[in-house]
Amino acid sequence: MKREVSRDVERVVLTLDVNGEKRDLLVPSHKTLLEVLREDMQLTGTKHGCELGECGTCTVLVDGKPHLSCLVLPIQLEGRSITTIEGMAHGSELHPLQVAFAELGAAQCGYCTPGILLSARSLLEENPRPSRDEIREALAGNLCRCTGYIKILEAVELAAGRML
Amino acid sequence: MLRLPRLKYLRPKTARDAARMATELGPRAMFVAGGTDLFPKLKRRQFDIDTLIGLDFLSRAIRNGSDECSIGAGATLATASRDGHLNARYAGYAQAAGLVSSPPLRNAGTIGGNLCVDTRCNYYDMTYEWRKAAGFCLKKDGDICLVAPSSPRCWAVSSSDTAPMAIALDGVAILAGPDGDRELPVRDLYRDDGIDYLAKQPSEVLTGVRLRAVAKTRSAYVKLRRRGSIDFPIAGAAVAAELDGDTVVRCRIVLSAVASHPLEATAAEDFLKGRTISTDTIREAAEMAAKPAKPLDNADLSHFWRKRMVRVVVEQALAQATTSTGGSVVKLSGL
Amino acid sequence: MRESPHPALRADLPRERGGELRVVGKALPKVDSAAKVTGRAIYADDMLPARTLHCRILRSPHPHARILSIDTSAARRIPGVQAVITGIDLPIKFGILPVTQDERALEHEKVRYVGDPIAAVAATDEEIAAAACDAIEVEYQVLDPVMSIEAALAEPKDERIQDYGGPNNVHKFVALEFGDVDDGFARADKVREDVFFFQGNTHLPMEQHSAIATYVDGRVTLWSSTQVVHYVHRALSKVLELPMHRIRVIGAAHGGGFGGKTDPFAHEIIVSKLAMLTGRPVKCTLTREEVFYAHRGRHPVLMWVRTGATKDGRITAMHFRSALDGGAYGSYGVASTFYTGALQTVTYDIPAYRFEGCRVFTNKPPCGPKRGHGTPQPRFALEVHLEKLAGDLGLDGVELKRRNFVRPNTRTVNWLRVTSCGLEECTERVMEASGYRTRARRPGHGMGFAISSYLSGAGTAIYWNDMPHSEVQIKVDRGGVTVYCGAMDIGQGSDSVLATIVAEELGLQPSDIRLVTADTDTTPIDLGSYSSRVTFMAGNAALEAGRKMRAMLVEAAAAKMGRDAASVSVTDGRVGDFTFEEASVLAEARFGTLTSAGSYTPPKIAGPYKGSGVGPSPAYSYSACVVDLDADARTGLVNVNKIWIAHDVGRAINPLLVEGQVEGSVYMGLGEALMEEQVFRNGLHKWPSMLEYKSPTFLDMPDVETFIVETLDPEGPYGAKEAGQGPLLPVPPAVSLALHDALGVWIDEIPATPEKIVEALRRKDKGEPPRYGPAHFPAIAYPPVIKVQPPPRDS
Repeated sequence: MKREVSRDVERVVLTLDVNGEKRDLLVPSHKTLLEVLREDMQLTGTKHGCELGECGTCTVLVDGKPHLSCLVLPIQLEGRSITTIEGMAHGSELHPLQVAFAELGAAQCGYCTPGILLSARSLLEENPRPSRDEIREALAGNLCRCTGYIKILEAVELAAGRML
Repeated sequence: MLRLPRLKYLRPKTARDAARMATELGPRAMFVAGGTDLFPKLKRRQFDIDTLIGLDFLSRAIRNGSDECSIGAGATLATASRDGHLNARYAGYAQAAGLVSSPPLRNAGTIGGNLCVDTRCNYYDMTYEWRKAAGFCLKKDGDICLVAPSSPRCWAVSSSDTAPMAIALDGVAILAGPDGDRELPVRDLYRDDGIDYLAKQPSEVLTGVRLRAVAKTRSAYVKLRRRGSIDFPIAGAAVAAELDGDTVVRCRIVLSAVASHPLEATAAEDFLKGRTISTDTIREAAEMAAKPAKPLDNADLSHFWRKRMVRVVVEQALAQATTSTGGSVVKLSGL
Repeated sequence: MRESPHPALRADLPRERGGELRVVGKALPKVDSAAKVTGRAIYADDMLPARTLHCRILRSPHPHARILSIDTSAARRIPGVQAVITGIDLPIKFGILPVTQDERALEHEKVRYVGDPIAAVAATDEEIAAAACDAIEVEYQVLDPVMSIEAALAEPKDERIQDYGGPNNVHKFVALEFGDVDDGFARADKVREDVFFFQGNTHLPMEQHSAIATYVDGRVTLWSSTQVVHYVHRALSKVLELPMHRIRVIGAAHGGGFGGKTDPFAHEIIVSKLAMLTGRPVKCTLTREEVFYAHRGRHPVLMWVRTGATKDGRITAMHFRSALDGGAYGSYGVASTFYTGALQTVTYDIPAYRFEGCRVFTNKPPCGPKRGHGTPQPRFALEVHLEKLAGDLGLDGVELKRRNFVRPNTRTVNWLRVTSCGLEECTERVMEASGYRTRARRPGHGMGFAISSYLSGAGTAIYWNDMPHSEVQIKVDRGGVTVYCGAMDIGQGSDSVLATIVAEELGLQPSDIRLVTADTDTTPIDLGSYSSRVTFMAGNAALEAGRKMRAMLVEAAAAKMGRDAASVSVTDGRVGDFTFEEASVLAEARFGTLTSAGSYTPPKIAGPYKGSGVGPSPAYSYSACVVDLDADARTGLVNVNKIWIAHDVGRAINPLLVEGQVEGSVYMGLGEALMEEQVFRNGLHKWPSMLEYKSPTFLDMPDVETFIVETLDPEGPYGAKEAGQGPLLPVPPAVSLALHDALGVWIDEIPATPEKIVEALRRKDKGEPPRYGPAHFPAIAYPPVIKVQPPPRDS
């Protein structure tokens, strides 16, 4: 570890498509998407709980599919579209999933919420009428310690019903 | 926040270029595809490298022919688990891919990555600080195995879900070296060594895997893990059975997470050959299959209990592959 | 839904109760829900002011060692390193309890667990700070570590872990007797003894602890992920030697606590000190591994319980012993020790009760308060034990428990005052809904029933004082209402409770209320989010402040209307003939600046004995639970099918939030019952990661059916009690009892992992006692019991 900081930092210029906006960036090539979103783009809605791919908190969408931002480098994502929680609402109009999560108390401390909302959005785009078991399967990579998952399941079902 | 060490990221356009870069850089560099296994290990400082060679060029295609299926190493585990042809003709393989870790991880993790996934040990898959406190182990920075201190070797556990299934389906790995391609049966891709667990050259790129189609073969993969998601296998059984009615023509049984390599249960395979499938034959075969499994105290739950569970997962995988009713009431992942 | 709306009331949630109440009792969204679902809420680690330095902490690699020397010179030479501090820079000890001021932010003399902080670095980048920590050379004299309760009770090989307490590594003894226990046992037809073990586990909040400090104009400001800004404030003042008015602590948006962020922590003090030294903002966010070391989680507890009962199942006496593995420091441990013996009597009428408790120091991260603080362990033991006792008497377990339920408005033998009590109704609800009595028998299927109780806030403060436990101010200005309170919303919805209560009193909606909370500069005190105290205490303070404000508005409106104040209604945004805004203008003209304040001090109800401060609460919640599961005899694998839980919350201020607390408690209880455990190997935490510390996923959580029972507590705000902790407690025993129902074996040790179940079955097959659990309770030299005269039975 001591030796690492004497190495040169390789920086890369790249263009990231985040929430439909293309941003030109100059970032160290070893910085993960999680770090770049939070520290270089001030998109702090993406949270982190382990940085090792074990909790799902940092989930974002890459081309509409849930990915762990702690385990991917921006350099691997050029030309792909990234969606974070900040890109979920349409202007000041919340996404039906966000409305349902708010209405049913599916967000308690709210820390796992961005990742779960994005995973749920990806599910509903693929499968607009998921069964409860299908929702469980789709969200099984996202841990939550507050809710016992019950209100989250109910909120996804409520939103799915409204989106049909 | 745990962060990666400072790294250069190289972007070769072909496997040949990648292999040449790897040859040139030697142990300073590693290949990365999905990164789902490598990045956590780099953050925990389990490898000392300064360069990543990106395998973004790898084919992601799954091609189905009449006598084999060819899967690009860059295909994600999610893609493979949902592929219609794979599910129809190589069900166990699709099951295995779909049981790796969790949904977001499967969207990034690749077929090639899961075949090459590093062996695991709960003395090794820890942060630099933890390993320093514990005393470094044989696999990284140390000179003894903390699981079996008197043993001269490393006992880290092969934890791939798809490798046993690929072996059971007579899979062939396609490797690209600096000077050309070669094919290697997947069973020959592994060595019984927790450290040097892959038989390929470090500079060789795994570019794909081919699964052989055999008429009347049914396959199944059963995985045991504590939770319904996220966890690595603590025991697993891959079965591919060629049946003539109720009679076993040929049956392959390969175990995961019970040794440093995918463990082929050859005695049980031989036993089953020519026998009629019944609850008793399944039970007997499972008993035989479990015998060589040697779980150690380096994964979740006690190794006594894991050892006991091996025959259960084999039984269930055999039942799934050979009978229409499938396994028993025990709820293991994948049932 | 648009941002900042008046959220529509969901018509399909039939939870409306409470007669004329307009917003209390309604299933309204939390007031911070929009911020939470948009990612806009700012947690401590989200803050990155210009020039922020990043802090990393060097931690001990040894469970027990003397520090001989610390050399930071190489670390200081690394470019980008701005400051390096060690224990010499922060020598003053602190701790949450006045009697156990035994922690240092950085230890320079001795380390007591792997993870004990030794030095800290502030650098321009986190990776530089980490590398600098790695470059610090520390010379240790390694000492023999003490890693179990038994080892802690024995004479230490090298030296004691702490230099107080004793004998050996005992931290604290408690020995109390209420009533004549020997006589009670003599009167019993059956006396039974059992031994239990509840393994330690941790909170595992999704958010890692984080704190960021600035030092401007000679004042420290700290934003932290804490449950209690006030206790952090006190600790900072002590260690930094600054008066409290030169320190400001602000609770950032909170990513989960469960008790794990209730102590003041080293990193909070460290960043403050580093900010003072560098003049720059300094941030420290713990890694997940460090969160396991910060811990303060569930104590591992060995328990022995002896109960006597008559033939018809009436308890005549109980003797309960506990031994807590406390880890290396005091934390809340003295209170935790008392809590393992305090609440047995709050569910069951025990006429004579003896409690002997003991907490020991071990070389592990310190244990402290986790959801249920010290009471889930004895609750597990008690519920399983009583079922066994019922079996001995040939009685049904549920029936035996019911015959001993405490009654409302009584005092327990240990002087705890019970007011409202919905035990009977809770039991009836889950019995009926689960079909427990009429269940069909099939192999491997089982159901288990258990009850519990918990505090609605501790009746005494952590440090002795006569001041209120919670205070609320309200300001009304141009129709806008702002509520100020030190309470910290940790996700449980305390902000929503404050807004709901004030809105109710002022005829508004919760979303009309602006909140300023958990900021020691701008808000009056609240003792924080622990011991389930906020709804009851801050709620009562808000109610008082709200009523005072309402009275001013009404008086001004009545004067203008020329009517009697009693005839002026305050509802639906109107005060009498006026809009709320008009009324507020009238009131401001009449009274000047419109402010009101309320406060809450718990009644003095502690019993007349030393140690009586732990256990009293102004009101107790009650729960009953049924678990339905299938267990496989061959593998020990368990599949929980469903859980029914009824919870007496007094009144649901917001039923949606109550359900959320109940479901979350059930989840956490189930994780503890089946898989969560904080265990150690060779002096190290065996698996400080989210992969290997097993937290149930979506696929491991069964359906939960929740029943809210309302008993309208006489002292709670609108009758409300607590919901955030009590419902966890009955889940582990109900799981164990369901396993017994399914397989005929007793699992007397939590978590009930498949290997333990298989081992219990093996013993059963061999004709040994069909159980898995500790063989015996260690011989502990408890001091002589202090005999306390119980209160008169009819009071």
